[in-house]
Amino acid sequence: MKDRTQTLARGGGLILLLVLAVLYPQAWSNPAVVNYGVLALIFATAAVAWHIFSGNTGYISLGQAVFYGSGAYAMGIAARDWHMQGTAVFELLPLCAAVGALIAIPFGLIALRVRRHTFIVITIAIFFIFQLMAFNFWFTGGSSGLGSPFLSWAPKPYNQNFYYIALACTVGAVLIAWLVGRSRFGLQLRAIRDDEDRARGLGVKAMRVKLSAFAISGAITALIGGVWFYYIEQVEPQTGFNPLFDLTLVLMVFLGGFGSISGAVLGALIIEPLTLWLNTQPAFSGSISEVIIGAIFLLVVLFMPRGIIPTGGEFIKKIRTRGRPAVVPATTIGAAPSAPPASSVSSGGAR
Amino acid sequence: MAREITQAIVDGILVGGVYALMAVGLTLIFGVLDIINIAQGVLVILGAYLSYSLLTKAGIDPFLGLLITIPAMFIVGVVIYWAFISRLRGGERTSMTLLVTYAVGLIIEGILFKIYGADNVQISPKYVNSSVRIFSFYIGWVYIWGFILAVALVAAIYVLLYRTRFGRSVRAVMQDETAARLVGISVNRVAAFTFGIGVAVTAAGGVVFGETNAFNANSGYDLISRLLSIVILGGMGSVGGALAASVFMLSLESVVTIWQPTWAVAVYYAALVIVLLYRPTGLFGQKAVRAQ
Amino acid sequence: MTALLRTEGIRKAYGGVQALNGATIEVEEGTVAGLIGPNGSGKTTLFNVITGYERPDAGQVWFGDHAITGLAPDKVFAAGIGRTFQLTRIFPRLTVIENMLIAAQAKDRPRNLLAWFGRDAWTHHRKHALELLAFVGIDRHADVLAGSLSYGQRKLLELAYVLVADPAVILLDEPAGGVNPTLINLIADRIRLLNAEQGKTFLLVEHNMEFVMGLCSTITVLESGADVVSGPPDIVRTDKRVLDAYLGADLDDDDLEATALNKGEGR
Repeated sequence: MKDRTQTLARGGGLILLLVLAVLYPQAWSNPAVVNYGVLALIFATAAVAWHIFSGNTGYISLGQAVFYGSGAYAMGIAARDWHMQGTAVFELLPLCAAVGALIAIPFGLIALRVRRHTFIVITIAIFFIFQLMAFNFWFTGGSSGLGSPFLSWAPKPYNQNFYYIALACTVGAVLIAWLVGRSRFGLQLRAIRDDEDRARGLGVKAMRVKLSAFAISGAITALIGGVWFYYIEQVEPQTGFNPLFDLTLVLMVFLGGFGSISGAVLGALIIEPLTLWLNTQPAFSGSISEVIIGAIFLLVVLFMPRGIIPTGGEFIKKIRTRGRPAVVPATTIGAAPSAPPASSVSSGGAR
Repeated sequence: MAREITQAIVDGILVGGVYALMAVGLTLIFGVLDIINIAQGVLVILGAYLSYSLLTKAGIDPFLGLLITIPAMFIVGVVIYWAFISRLRGGERTSMTLLVTYAVGLIIEGILFKIYGADNVQISPKYVNSSVRIFSFYIGWVYIWGFILAVALVAAIYVLLYRTRFGRSVRAVMQDETAARLVGISVNRVAAFTFGIGVAVTAAGGVVFGETNAFNANSGYDLISRLLSIVILGGMGSVGGALAASVFMLSLESVVTIWQPTWAVAVYYAALVIVLLYRPTGLFGQKAVRAQ
Repeated sequence: MTALLRTEGIRKAYGGVQALNGATIEVEEGTVAGLIGPNGSGKTTLFNVITGYERPDAGQVWFGDHAITGLAPDKVFAAGIGRTFQLTRIFPRLTVIENMLIAAQAKDRPRNLLAWFGRDAWTHHRKHALELLAFVGIDRHADVLAGSLSYGQRKLLELAYVLVADPAVILLDEPAGGVNPTLINLIADRIRLLNAEQGKTFLLVEHNMEFVMGLCSTITVLESGADVVSGPPDIVRTDKRVLDAYLGADLDDDDLEATALNKGEGR
């Protein structure tokens, strides 16, 4: 059966990718090279988290930095106040995720009641509030930020270990995104994207569903924010809550293909190393990274509006289905089967 | 105490006029074109830098220089529209325009940074610090000119929209793009023109902003976040709402500064959040819900 | 016979336009009822009021013994009233079968986390959905994106949709609009089948007179937001008020009588 071979091929491909990913730091063990991998995977996790909410519901969030920075700060504050050091600090990661989810709830309750474009703007506003709080609250270390607790790994295993941690996070995020995608929950999210009012009219509890997805997305982003903080060993208000962060995420997702998990991962794996590399070139110093990101985004939007994966997928489809009609033909309807019996599924209802 | 508060409110109203000018451009673009122009903040800074350069390099008074900067910014707006926004299609258009303008804003900011560096500057013509005394309140000349300018420009836009043939085309496009096309209105041309006008007012906003604040290339962020809050609070698409919200927010901030300068900016967001909890469309937002 | 669905004196205004002006209709249980009237007479608005998409300014909607005026759409749907839309409102980026499943899931609250994420809960939903798709004849396209269906196929999907929750009353908004004759006959056929075999009650809004006259046992005429005439097709077809409503009361009355006589209507 064609379906079977397709699934096997896909599964095989994924396993191959995973194996390659695991072997990457062994093959190129230079810490600088592994560093690219660590940051790429951190962003891949954040991009997948973005997709879980925004990709499925169509509500574009430009406030993921709220979760990212909060996760980073949560880890920093907890480690400082509870005097934690070394590998024990990783135990704080679930706390970061919880912080993310908790913030998502009031955030979502306010932001998800409005129309889609107002939603985007509110996420930006909330982002600025959080950046302001990071600058001004007494426990966040103000404008000098927080330093991370001490971790006694040598440079080479340091980068490698963080690589595997980030890889685990990415795989976990992809798994969650996949589960959501094939579930009833995911279907409701996508129905909301297509026609929220109709979905509501059919009984979908839109606010609850949107809020849940938002919380999951926030939790994952906050967790990876904690990982990032521990990796680069410090956080400041403008790095934890970086205005570029969300636009970079959106760029990654759009480049790879809006609405697909693999698109989000691919976009991150392309853009992040590219950005890092550009920043090391002397010609592109200072604020040029802003210009580059903006320019790449514009180019993508103009020439590849649906991203690599869908455009690539369509290209492949074109080759495969050469000669076949594009539209589903309106074939004549055959003889009528009798009306199916009343559904045994419906559970009561006010009749 | 009462005197201080009144002075603060007066300041707030005057500064509010300046912000209203910038916010009106933003809300106009949204109301007519369904475009959220995130670059508006940076464009104000661009206008401010233009005026600054005109002053420091050519000695031209900033207000006079508006004769140059307003058309210049108009052209910038039209170019941005033609090059990037007009090519966007599809149902997710409004969200996409937001991202595109965000990207354009980033590029402009990066370029400004490269040209002017990180140092703060301020537009300082000779009269920038002089003020006039009315009923024991001190009002800076700059604010007065700025306020007059704001009123004049908003009135001009109103006249344009409601008393000219072009304005009729704009309002037609705002209501139904397809129908407008069917009666022969070149929608793209109207849109580009409108976008240009929405950006052109940033030249004026830039002058007054630049004279009353020290700024650099990064000042656009703070500015756009305030402008967005004002526009949402007033209701996206409502010019009157933008005016009312500007004055309200700035007065509030001004009064709060008396006690707590650090947190004064937070009132913006707090006010925004509170309003949205009760009126998701903003105070005066009456735009019909478009199919999403 | 009891009236299963009833409206009493519904009034609804939009700005200066009085869309509904005292609309009172009755639908008996187990019948196929029609709602006709010239454009702008308020038919779709009445549908919207009944199904909760609009709130009336005055008047009541009764479903059996319950007043359902002003209930939210999903509550009306849960109560057992389904409806289709004039401009088909399907989910274009979901597949046909996924469209059906969304309609199905409303009636089956998941018990635990597993039901949320697992696929097993869906098996009998899927089966039922596929049966319905086969009933309307588009089961072949179950895995196609709903957005790529032709207009006629979308109408069929909407019909299947509405049946998923097994409603007692089905409101169809222009089911034959813009559809080719073969499909019209199919739709009429399905409605008759559902009515005869399962006793479902239908209320249709339609402009296609042949369709309405041939299918409905009772027809109500709406004009300027109020009900004008109600009765079996033969009575309604020749009622002077109906002709006035459609043709305009300006026409000379003599001309109308002459037209009616020329058509050879009884006498």
